[in-house]
Amino acid sequence: MEETMFIDPQRCIGCRACVAACRECATHKGYPMIFVDYIDRAETTATMPTVCMHCKEPTCALVCPADAIKMTDDGVVMSALKPRCLDCRNCVNACPFGVPKYNSQMHLQMKCDMCYDRSSEGLKPMCASVCPTGAISFGKYEQIVPLRRTKPVNVHVFGNQKVETKVYLMLPADADEVKVDGCGVFEGMLTRADVSVPTEESWIDTQVEQSDKSNEF
Amino acid sequence: MSRVEHLDEIVEAFGPHLHDAPHDGWRADRVIDRVVPTHCPYCGVQCGMNLLVEQNHVVGIEPRYDFPVNEGRLCPKGVTAYLQVHHPDRLLHPLVKRNGRFERASWDAALDLVVSKFHELQAAHGKDSIGVYSGSSLTTEKTYLMGKFARAGLGTRYVDYNGRLCMVSAAAANNKAFGIDRAANPWSDIPLAEVLLIAGSNCAETFPVLNKFLWQQRDNGGRWIIVDPRETPTARQGDLHLQLRPGTDVALANGMLHVLIEENLIDQNFIDSRTNDWLSTRELALRYTPEHAAQICGVPPEKIVAAARLYGRAKTAVVMHARGIEHHSNGVNNVLSYINLVLATGKIGAPGRGYGTITGQGNGQGGREHGQKADQLPGQRSITNPEHRKHVCKVWGLPEEELPQAGVSVVEMFTKMGEGEIRGLLSICNNVMVSLPDINQIRRSLEDLDFYVCIDFFMSEGARYADVVLPGSAWSEDEGVTCNSEGRVVKINKANDPPGEARADWWIVQEIARRMGRGKYFSFNSPREIFDELRVASRGGNADYYGITWEKIEQNNGIFWPCPSEDHPGTPRLFEDRFYHADGKARFHPIEFNPPKEIPDEEFPLILTSGRVVYQYLSGNQTRRIGFLVEQCPEPYVEVHPETALKLKINDGERVRVVSRRGEGVFPVLVVRTIRPDTIFIPYHWGEQLAVNQLTNPVLDPISKIPEFKACAARIEKTHSRQLPILGKQRKGASASEVRRG
Repeated sequence: MEETMFIDPQRCIGCRACVAACRECATHKGYPMIFVDYIDRAETTATMPTVCMHCKEPTCALVCPADAIKMTDDGVVMSALKPRCLDCRNCVNACPFGVPKYNSQMHLQMKCDMCYDRSSEGLKPMCASVCPTGAISFGKYEQIVPLRRTKPVNVHVFGNQKVETKVYLMLPADADEVKVDGCGVFEGMLTRADVSVPTEESWIDTQVEQSDKSNEF
Repeated sequence: MSRVEHLDEIVEAFGPHLHDAPHDGWRADRVIDRVVPTHCPYCGVQCGMNLLVEQNHVVGIEPRYDFPVNEGRLCPKGVTAYLQVHHPDRLLHPLVKRNGRFERASWDAALDLVVSKFHELQAAHGKDSIGVYSGSSLTTEKTYLMGKFARAGLGTRYVDYNGRLCMVSAAAANNKAFGIDRAANPWSDIPLAEVLLIAGSNCAETFPVLNKFLWQQRDNGGRWIIVDPRETPTARQGDLHLQLRPGTDVALANGMLHVLIEENLIDQNFIDSRTNDWLSTRELALRYTPEHAAQICGVPPEKIVAAARLYGRAKTAVVMHARGIEHHSNGVNNVLSYINLVLATGKIGAPGRGYGTITGQGNGQGGREHGQKADQLPGQRSITNPEHRKHVCKVWGLPEEELPQAGVSVVEMFTKMGEGEIRGLLSICNNVMVSLPDINQIRRSLEDLDFYVCIDFFMSEGARYADVVLPGSAWSEDEGVTCNSEGRVVKINKANDPPGEARADWWIVQEIARRMGRGKYFSFNSPREIFDELRVASRGGNADYYGITWEKIEQNNGIFWPCPSEDHPGTPRLFEDRFYHADGKARFHPIEFNPPKEIPDEEFPLILTSGRVVYQYLSGNQTRRIGFLVEQCPEPYVEVHPETALKLKINDGERVRVVSRRGEGVFPVLVVRTIRPDTIFIPYHWGEQLAVNQLTNPVLDPISKIPEFKACAARIEKTHSRQLPILGKQRKGASASEVRRG
């Protein structure tokens, strides 16, 4: 299988090395095209990186009136072609992942192109190169699966729209798809009815219970 | 008259200004002349990186995939580090202060002024009237040179370095317990451990790339016990987060040792054959029941029991710690109490069984090995040991009676400045007006100086107080070695010449010594010649570099010291058969809990702790000038738990006054559930009115002389300010109300 990206939010430490490195890719001209957001800083330090998921049928390209958004043969969705981009921002509004941004200085839609100048020459994209924890990884499906306890998933259900992507999200081992309702992004909508991810509290309970019953404390 | 009369003019001329692109902009059409493999200038991971050089300008970075520690990985500081090289704030020529204003001077004029002032002060007040304050972000060659410069060049006893504000408690405790000061294991041992116990280290933010090893361990099925008063990004992923009250590590560790003993999870064979002083430690630990420990440290007793069982039952485990337990008036004791856990279970000196402090600065390890510490000579030798003095004097060709005795730690040096015993100061590689505790007192000490010369490549907050500022080199403008946190000596390579009239730091220091008439001890033509002398000077010491050469470092991706001969491969893992005390055994230390010097009371009811953010490095002199990093975290803030915020009637984003017995500052509030309700946190990278070190307690650990940055008493007052905070990305992301719709 070809190389692609794997996004594992639980490993993200929010350092934004990926954002800084994205600017360094020669064709990005100093503009980062990856985003790292706090989920809810008041409650947790958890953060989430967002790259282009490189859909197999990209919504951004489907809604483009100028046919400016092209895919490479190996499934990488590129930024809008400069001579064609109409500045209409249909793609910005339509992308279910909220990825493309309109760059008013360049008069152009710009988005993650998986550092195509690098990845087409066998180099890893900048973000996946620098990510300290492996929250963003680049490689082959069959290489990453034996290394991780999480499972790569690339099917996303947005209401009635089912989107298959080149990029994978790393999810708990029994997840097959990501379900998102049209309004609340990811909020409690993961299909995990039967999944019980051990929380810190229950883990401690188990530890203490499993310990010798003669515990004198 | 103050030494900084015209602050606005200084800031206008020298910044910090924000710069956020290569010197000639972002370009896709570059023709790269050279790709220089080197290492990051910042933290102790010392990630490998490639600098892209076009016409003597560093114009970008490329991941260095072949360096085994980071394999291309970098943090945001590392990615943007090259932007400091051609920064418009760089100091391009010597500066001499006249009538309160910095004026351009020639090298000859500036150096002659320094030398005449030093001569004058030493003639009138003795050799010890000049102090030298150095740092550990310098290459090891330069740190060696600074120690030699103070002792053989100036003949002063007063030399110290900024590691005193860093990990020196760990260094002292390691020497007491093991007889040597170095992390015991290479990081490649981390993925082999079933359990990691990480105390007082927000390593996700402070050593980001170290997390590579943590996640490899996690992928292997490993578990993490994280000890931290805050839910840091590291603690968030911990299997067990022990959210203790700041400064109570001894109680927690003793409580864990109690459980290990009671449940027979100790390794009696190891204790009998390889350690001393167990019985007194055992006796003391038996008094610290988990309930007793819990009362002190605020961690529930069940969690203490669970942590002890997890650590004790694991076949392999690694204990690591950092500034969170070291920056205390009980810093050495905190470290020793965790070392007791390691020794009692015998989890050291084997693959996956280990221990180590995570040294902070890029050369935090190398900078504390070769003689710029107040009481140290090269090779981790002691200046009070006659044999050691003899060896070093022989290498230097210095008559033994001319070698000064031990000096004092940097905070004590500043006290001596206030008292008039030290009247002149030379500083390099530090920023005293950000990083020392109680900076209002530090400012008074600087004002009292007769003469202050600072070598730096940016105008730091401390340099503003100088009479002479000499423009030094950024890390890409010189070569030499550093030693990372695991004890691996790596090579920094030169990518470009210093800009303008700036010069390599070693040239500047040597030139002062030469003009002082001490040229016969300072005839180095290159950093390589300094390194070759260092190898001989360190020979036979604990930190033996004799067998390390630059070529050997490059061929092997680093060499771990000790390395006593050229055919020796280096020593990645210490303590496999013996410890470094004369009898080859390690020592337990029975440690009784003592609280931090200042505990909350009615007037100051909160515990103030300080620390770092991922976007800034140490005193911020380099990183507060880089647009990308400043955009992410433009100003310090105070983290407050929602319960405390409610009690004080303060809102998220509101600017409040934080007050301690020493000073006060105004900071925007970040209301977060990730901190203890009795504790508040402020990151420390800023100076002047933004410095948390206006508030911190300068009380010192009696052994290591480290200041108590991590715990003092404080209160929060409302300011009713309508000024809006600019918290940057610290507050970006959806707020609770935005997320929870639908």
